[in-house]
Amino acid sequence: MTTPTPVTATAPGTAPSDGWLSDALHAVESDPTSIGSVFGSVGRHVGRGPVDKAGDPRGIHGTVDDAARAQLVQSLARSASPSETAERLTALYRAGDTAEKRGVLRGLDALTGDGTINPAPLPASVPNPLVAAGTALVTDALRTNDPSLVAAATGPFTAAHLDQHAWRHAVLKLVFMGVPLDAVAGLDERADDELARMAADFAAERRAAGRTVPDDLARITGAGSTSAGTDRAPEPGPAAPEKKDA
Amino acid sequence: MRIFDPHIHMTSRTTDDYEAMYASGVRCVVEPAFWLGQPRTSVASFTDYFDALLGWERFRASQFGIRHHATIALNPKEANDPRCTGVLDEMPRYLGKDGVVAVGEVGYDSMTPAEDDAFARQLQMAREHALPVLVHTPHRDKRVGTQRTLDVVAESGVPAEHVVVDHLNETTVALVKDAGAWMGFSIYPDTKMDEARMVAILRDVGTEKVLVNSAADWGRSDPLKTRSTGDAMLAAGFTAADVDRVLWQNPVDFYGQSGNLLLEPVPGFVEEDGPAAGVTFEGSSVLRGVRA
Repeated sequence: MTTPTPVTATAPGTAPSDGWLSDALHAVESDPTSIGSVFGSVGRHVGRGPVDKAGDPRGIHGTVDDAARAQLVQSLARSASPSETAERLTALYRAGDTAEKRGVLRGLDALTGDGTINPAPLPASVPNPLVAAGTALVTDALRTNDPSLVAAATGPFTAAHLDQHAWRHAVLKLVFMGVPLDAVAGLDERADDELARMAADFAAERRAAGRTVPDDLARITGAGSTSAGTDRAPEPGPAAPEKKDA
Repeated sequence: MRIFDPHIHMTSRTTDDYEAMYASGVRCVVEPAFWLGQPRTSVASFTDYFDALLGWERFRASQFGIRHHATIALNPKEANDPRCTGVLDEMPRYLGKDGVVAVGEVGYDSMTPAEDDAFARQLQMAREHALPVLVHTPHRDKRVGTQRTLDVVAESGVPAEHVVVDHLNETTVALVKDAGAWMGFSIYPDTKMDEARMVAILRDVGTEKVLVNSAADWGRSDPLKTRSTGDAMLAAGFTAADVDRVLWQNPVDFYGQSGNLLLEPVPGFVEEDGPAAGVTFEGSSVLRGVRA
């Protein structure tokens, strides 16, 4: 009898390879054009599981390939101007599969964390091309129905730069998708009365349909408000003020 | 039981579905243009899709004895992508074509300014082409989205009786009824609405101006939900005439406003024989193997 070959443990695509990643990072730092040739194959070289297998088994806060791609994006930003970085990130995202798109979004978060993208909005006279490009990409990701992509689009970059209307919809979309709101950076800071109103309406809609109300709604309906109004008949009312933050 | 499914995405369904639909009484469908699972990135993707709805899919349905019609629109989700909005300039040439029975699905997804613009422009196109309008209501913030939809329709000058507001539920039906628009309900295996809830709503609002659809698409859905709703209505004491009103006459009355509805049986179709041999569309057939 032969011993089964442990294919998954030895295949080059699954074993972590620090050497590959550090080579790739150096390559991108010395030549920003090289990011296009390494970005797609990151998962083969570094793996694809959650960064924190025990604490975050679903990878809501990212996978190891997300983290490696975020490092590549940081290398890109060190070797290219903000406008070139914005153009290259847009191209990587547009041509990317879900993992590559997620990698770009995690990269935007990394650039927000390391200060490359100023966390505060700049004066209108000093537009940061990375903010404009990043906002467009985040907005695109939030239109998809892939939970990992939507979750990756609610990180620190989004917390700092997405407008309030779109941000509220992103949060509610995660609830719809059953993604824990732990995914949302700055949830407590940005949650407002309008989000609480939307969440309460959603809870009422679910109850009217005889369906369960997701637990996470309690985090955004405001303290104690998830049980309030449980049996309130859904009343058609006037629309809330439109685009009040636009 | 004769059935007209006023909202079903047959492009995503199999020939087995067509056979099962015919067997359960479906003789006519409307397929609204909408988004696919994979986002589109260019105008050409839309025009190829529109052409497929009016060409290949109509042919495919006919091979199973079902009359297929379409509604044409830039959907609200993709209205947010500037690479796609150019399709609005292509739409007028589609709105006059045979088998186009409405503008749709239009409406709101995230209620953005880009969605406002696409919705308003397409309502004007509907007015200019004297076509009904199929309006999608959003998953998120549905009540506010439904109210805003009705406000925008009222501003547009499109008469309420030319509009169906779709995917309604217990919290949004009264708004639409009060506005005088048609009320659409999508019966899904799990989410939007189920047969028992639909029967309860019919008891409440009656059968006038109510459209029931399966909205079956590429997600978890069931193209026979129209039939099961009809069965649930009968079991709950509604008459056969009530069922015919909801599942046939109402969609005929609504989409018939386009003047573009074909309801006669597909000529030459014999259920026992299935798709006819030797019949092709641009060289393609729904048959496999040796052809006559």
